[in-house]
Amino acid sequence: MSTVQNDQEYILRVSNLSVKLQNQTILDKINFNLRRGTALAVLGPNGAGKTMLFKALLNLVPHTGKIEWTGKVRLGYVPQNIEVGDIPISVKEFLSLKDKKDVEDSLSPVKLNNQSISDKTLGVLSGGQLRRVLIAWALADSPNVLLFDEPTTGVDMDSEEPIYKTLNELKKKNKITILLITHDIHIIREYSDYLLALNRCTTFFGESKEIMSPAVQKIIYGETVCAGTPDTRGEPAR
Amino acid sequence: MIIGFSVGISAGYLGSLMVLEKMALVGDALSHVALPGLALGILYNFNPFFGAFAFLFASAVVIWHVGRVTRLSFETIVGAVFTLALAIGIIMMPSVEALEEALFGNMTTVTSIDAVAAVAISAVAVLLTKMIYKKLVLGMISEELAISKGINIETINLLYLLLVSLVVAVGIRIIGTLLVGFLVVVPAAAAKNVSTDLLKYSLLSASFGTISAVTGVLLSGYLNLPTGPLVVFAGIAVFVATVLAKWRTR
Repeated sequence: MSTVQNDQEYILRVSNLSVKLQNQTILDKINFNLRRGTALAVLGPNGAGKTMLFKALLNLVPHTGKIEWTGKVRLGYVPQNIEVGDIPISVKEFLSLKDKKDVEDSLSPVKLNNQSISDKTLGVLSGGQLRRVLIAWALADSPNVLLFDEPTTGVDMDSEEPIYKTLNELKKKNKITILLITHDIHIIREYSDYLLALNRCTTFFGESKEIMSPAVQKIIYGETVCAGTPDTRGEPAR
Repeated sequence: MIIGFSVGISAGYLGSLMVLEKMALVGDALSHVALPGLALGILYNFNPFFGAFAFLFASAVVIWHVGRVTRLSFETIVGAVFTLALAIGIIMMPSVEALEEALFGNMTTVTSIDAVAAVAISAVAVLLTKMIYKKLVLGMISEELAISKGINIETINLLYLLLVSLVVAVGIRIIGTLLVGFLVVVPAAAAKNVSTDLLKYSLLSASFGTISAVTGVLLSGYLNLPTGPLVVFAGIAVFVATVLAKWRTR
């Protein structure tokens, strides 16, 4: 993974972000900053507010605090689940829902550029193929920020690594900033620059390689102690 | 015949979304909501279409609003609204004959104004639905993707419910409240049996709706039997054919 350069500008600044739904605190005073062209892994137990963080960043849920995107930001989003069910919709038609005319063009960055895939019904694709189609969807209007909620849900282990490799290539080639929710320590270490651990509040924010440190693992997986700041002002912990 | 053609296309096309949304029973139940409006039209001597549409329109708004507030599924809310409307409609109906006409339709009382109105309303309903078709499908696949693309799901759902109300109100004239739901559900189900993509599915659904309605109307004139049941027989024949076609390709 590339080393983060100090002179890279911040593309995202989050300060005191809180989300409350039906009088329940889902996220409590989250603070972090993210540099352009880096990858942030978001980790936490079920119900920690990971998906809600993404929804807040996408402005899909009401929230308090500040979310500041710098410059012209085009967000691409891949949700954890989609309900394809038995809807008779082809890959080509699904991608065209994004008003993208050249479907083959969309499938090429995710290495699915062949005719037989684009004519297939979405519901018959394998888990890996579907995730790739979803990445293609997210990339269709050339985003510079990609939010990925558990990229390999429902994907067999052999297909997982190639998906992350594809994401990493896209990040390097197109300078895309990536935020991804994952539980996999190997993926965090290999394919992300920063780690944000949540349990409603921030339990850890720092460089991803630090996840191997027993002290950090104790913070992340032990009894929740929110490092939530505001005193860290979103800077990675050292 | 013209009404049959228009209602067949529009009910089939709009119904294709209802079947995808797993709201097949909604289309069926919604048609019963028109009963009190039909009764008012008969009692106060005005075109029952307007009464039916007014009740369908009001119910669609109520269903949409209750759905937004409670997050209950449309199917659940329609279940409650339709039984209430059915109860009110049966009490209000002036005679058993009027109730029978409302339930099963009566082509003999259709005027040329009705025919023109049916064509115009069906055309508008199909065109507007075509404009929101992809957005509705995206909302079914993932609300989050739809919202992140700037689609207002609540508004397009309301528009869709209103368009279904219009088509159902027109359809009631031809085959009655009891069977109009059939035209919304069965042609779409038949199309789903033999479709692998959305374009083919929506076109086949509209075509099967047309075939069912027109065949029913023609047979009704030829055999001098009620239109509603014959539309159902024609539609079921198409459905069975698609089941056999799917069976062969398995």
